[in-house]
Amino acid sequence: MESFIFALFNGVLYGMLLFMLASGLTLIFSMMGVLNFAHASFFMLGAYFAYSISTYVGFWPALIVAPLIVGVVGALVERYGLRPVHSYGHVAELLFTFGIAYVIEEIVKMIWGQVPVPYDIPESLNFTLFAWAGLDYSAYRVFMLLVSVGIFVALFALLTKTRIGLIIRAAVSDPTHVATLGHDVPTIFMWTFGFGCALAGVAGVLGGNVLGTEPAMALQLGPIVFVVIVVGGLGSLGGALIAALLIGIIQTMAIFYDFGINAALLAVGIEIDAAGMFRDFARITTAQASPVIPYLLLVLMLIFRPRGMFGTRDV
Amino acid sequence: MTAPGTFVARYGIWIFGAVLLLIMPHVFTSSFALNLMSQMGVLIIFSLAYNMLLGQGGMLSFGHAIYFGLAGYFTIHYLNFVYDDIAPYIPVSLFPLLGGCVGLFFGTLVGYVSTRRAGTTFAMISLGFGEMVTALTLILVAIFNGEDGIQTDRVVGPEPLGISYGPNIEVYYLIAVWVLVAAAAMYALTKTPFGRMSNAVRDNPERTEFIGYNSQRIRWLAFALSSFFAGLAGSLHAINFEHVGFEQVSALTSGLVLFMAYIGGVGHFAGPVIGAVLITFLNGTLTTYTEAWQLYLGVLFVAVIMFFPGGLAGLIIMHQPIWRIDTRLLAPLTVPYLLFIGALLVSLIGFIGLVELLIYKTSRLGAAHDLTIFGITMDPSGVVPWISFAIVMAVGVYAIRKAFPVAAGAWNTAIDQARARAAQ
Amino acid sequence: MNAALQLKDVHKSFGKTEIIRGVDLEIREGERHAVIGPNGAGKSTLYNLISGRFPVSSGAIRLRDQDITNRSAFEINRAGLCRSFQVTNLFHRMSVLDNVRCGALFSLGHKYAFWKFVSRQKDVAERADDILERIGLSGKRDWPAGMLSYADQRALELGVTIAGGGDVILLDEPTAGMSHSEIAQAVALIRRISTGKTLMIVEHDMGVVFDLADRISVLVYGEVIATGTPEEIRNSAQVKEAYLGTEAT
Repeated sequence: MESFIFALFNGVLYGMLLFMLASGLTLIFSMMGVLNFAHASFFMLGAYFAYSISTYVGFWPALIVAPLIVGVVGALVERYGLRPVHSYGHVAELLFTFGIAYVIEEIVKMIWGQVPVPYDIPESLNFTLFAWAGLDYSAYRVFMLLVSVGIFVALFALLTKTRIGLIIRAAVSDPTHVATLGHDVPTIFMWTFGFGCALAGVAGVLGGNVLGTEPAMALQLGPIVFVVIVVGGLGSLGGALIAALLIGIIQTMAIFYDFGINAALLAVGIEIDAAGMFRDFARITTAQASPVIPYLLLVLMLIFRPRGMFGTRDV
Repeated sequence: MTAPGTFVARYGIWIFGAVLLLIMPHVFTSSFALNLMSQMGVLIIFSLAYNMLLGQGGMLSFGHAIYFGLAGYFTIHYLNFVYDDIAPYIPVSLFPLLGGCVGLFFGTLVGYVSTRRAGTTFAMISLGFGEMVTALTLILVAIFNGEDGIQTDRVVGPEPLGISYGPNIEVYYLIAVWVLVAAAAMYALTKTPFGRMSNAVRDNPERTEFIGYNSQRIRWLAFALSSFFAGLAGSLHAINFEHVGFEQVSALTSGLVLFMAYIGGVGHFAGPVIGAVLITFLNGTLTTYTEAWQLYLGVLFVAVIMFFPGGLAGLIIMHQPIWRIDTRLLAPLTVPYLLFIGALLVSLIGFIGLVELLIYKTSRLGAAHDLTIFGITMDPSGVVPWISFAIVMAVGVYAIRKAFPVAAGAWNTAIDQARARAAQ
Repeated sequence: MNAALQLKDVHKSFGKTEIIRGVDLEIREGERHAVIGPNGAGKSTLYNLISGRFPVSSGAIRLRDQDITNRSAFEINRAGLCRSFQVTNLFHRMSVLDNVRCGALFSLGHKYAFWKFVSRQKDVAERADDILERIGLSGKRDWPAGMLSYADQRALELGVTIAGGGDVILLDEPTAGMSHSEIAQAVALIRRISTGKTLMIVEHDMGVVFDLADRISVLVYGEVIATGTPEEIRNSAQVKEAYLGTEAT
């Protein structure tokens, strides 16, 4: 039971990190119709900026400054890159962001090298907050959870309580509607894109030192975030939250409770003595399979419920 | 009966291609060139197959390497089985057909799920499948042997017609023959009811439903057939290298084929051929000169999307109405075009210089040595090279902004003249 | 007389708004039947329900002796019903000829074939030539559809619609946005292509409606308030009040 709570804690943590990425992606997608392939690349930039900044002034300023820089970079990419491509349609926009993701990865390799950089947990939070049933709960992880929940609450308040939130929600339900109200849609788009990227940047600052800051991190996380927003239902923030938590918890549990198909079959009295080429199918354990789990979920969802869990429009 | 004129118009380009494939190894005789040309052939087939999806059917896939790679794995295993007398012998020349069937099998399976949707959702699903298969190749070690991949010896069994596939030149000609066969088959497909309807679904999926077609069915068929040719290419790739690894199914290969098709131009049948040849050539030659080749490739791709979405083939085709009427109308274009290309080159020199300086600065090799860029040796620790290249790039970009409207204006004038003549 | 197309108590709601509120309609075999009504009456929605673009909320639609309620669009098309669109809905990057050929392919049995060339099929060529002739676009057969003038695109829209040989034809405002001279030509064209077939037409131009229609139905706020000959409709007090009175020209 204690270990289950520990696994659940880590799962929720990972899920909230996924949600921070997915929420920005969902905002951008719902308003602009753009599926930002480079979203996880902005997450990566957040981690690298935080690493570089924290070597000079420490973690805390980096936590604020790095996401801001990522947001500005995002806004610039939208203004000078994405906007001209807009007229070619959504597939061209997706292609463009794919190209940007590729270029960002190469630039990161160029500046920070191919190997992981030593972006570490800040000293001030690098201690065990409490231990329970022999399992240590690190202060930094608890801090991460608090910040991500705080961001979720703030985002929720922003969307439901403020004027700008009203405009955003109007734009989400009907993008043509906002222009008729006299708002400058291109500028709103630019800052939405920047804001979404900044959210990804925050996730990068918080997650980079736990997950590891390396050039491949964007490509590892990016596809999973796509799975999150499809499974949750395109355009649904609530769906994204549930899906992110679901995937986070399932993946963490799969690694934590590492059991194999063989063991499961043995438990019900079946023993397979698999040999030859396909022997590994019987030997797969949930920990090994954990990278595949999100995609299996995606495929199942598309077969049985193409709208996703909370989708209002067909995928 | 076809007149000789139409015969040349219809088959001339194919005969030219065949002759070119035949004589190339005698023009470029080094083993490096031969390997490069074999690789080009494989990737020509693969990117043409890819364009059956993207250009012909309007489906953007981020995971088409699955069919390429899985066919490769199958080919290597089968060769090893023949070696161990587990499987019956099949001439190596026919392996690509087998690989094609493997691609067709998996394409039919995956396509059933993924082609239910079009547009950006299709793209995401394709990415998901790509990631899933890549992860599986690393999990199922007995089949895929993890990061090392699997190898074989393609010289196996009797040698029909004295072809053993020992020497690389024999593999080159095997690939060359399959390039012609596959390209002709894919070209023919564009002329069939399926091919037309594939274009129709790309342009307007909704309307196809109201003329009796199930647009999902068309996408599925296009997906499966495209996977067949991707598998064919993957099989040739495996025979060529006698090795296949997880890179061949991964996002790396999926991205590469997308780059080749798109930079070459998805709007024209020959576009992916141009892209495959160009990118493979640059990939093979530039990697020895610069570490930043991947970055340059990415920047080129982004530039194509932003500034000429028709790709290189699109740039050529936009002049077709002009030369059809009168080739002399192209003459006034020469000077503006050369000016534009000159400006482009100047800005490129500046950009490349800056990138190379940056790489040198950040690489952990130590900055004690002098750096040579474009044959000029400089001390990268000083500010002079940085400022110089920055100025060169700024001048180049300024020149592009000046030269582009002139070049575009010249094209407009020429096309207007051509139209006016055509209307007469 | 037999009904070619029959709607029974058809309802359609989007969310909480009911757009079609119980429509009963009968299109007789071989007649030209116009549907008129003010903007927002649900005419386009009705078409989308009949042709399978949207599912109905309740009710039944029959095409002759087949139940086509909530069947997919391509099945309804294969059953012999073809429709045009109010906003031109073509394959813009393909040639005029290819647009018409695509319209004809399925009905001529070529379906998804990938083993034969379109250009070698005599039946497709004959059908396409015939239709291009009828819509007056023979001379522009190699133009990309996207480069045609608006009136030509409307004509091609009709061509693609009838290329499949369906004998119940639904036209959605075929003359919208046309000039007077173009409208006269379009009416003649519609008369030609619908000879011997069943035609249902939604149209705003009352001149066209009274010129063309054998019978007229009036749709107001999702309900058919009257059906009859042009004469009966012209003289109906109910119609005048609900519709013609406000928008008669």
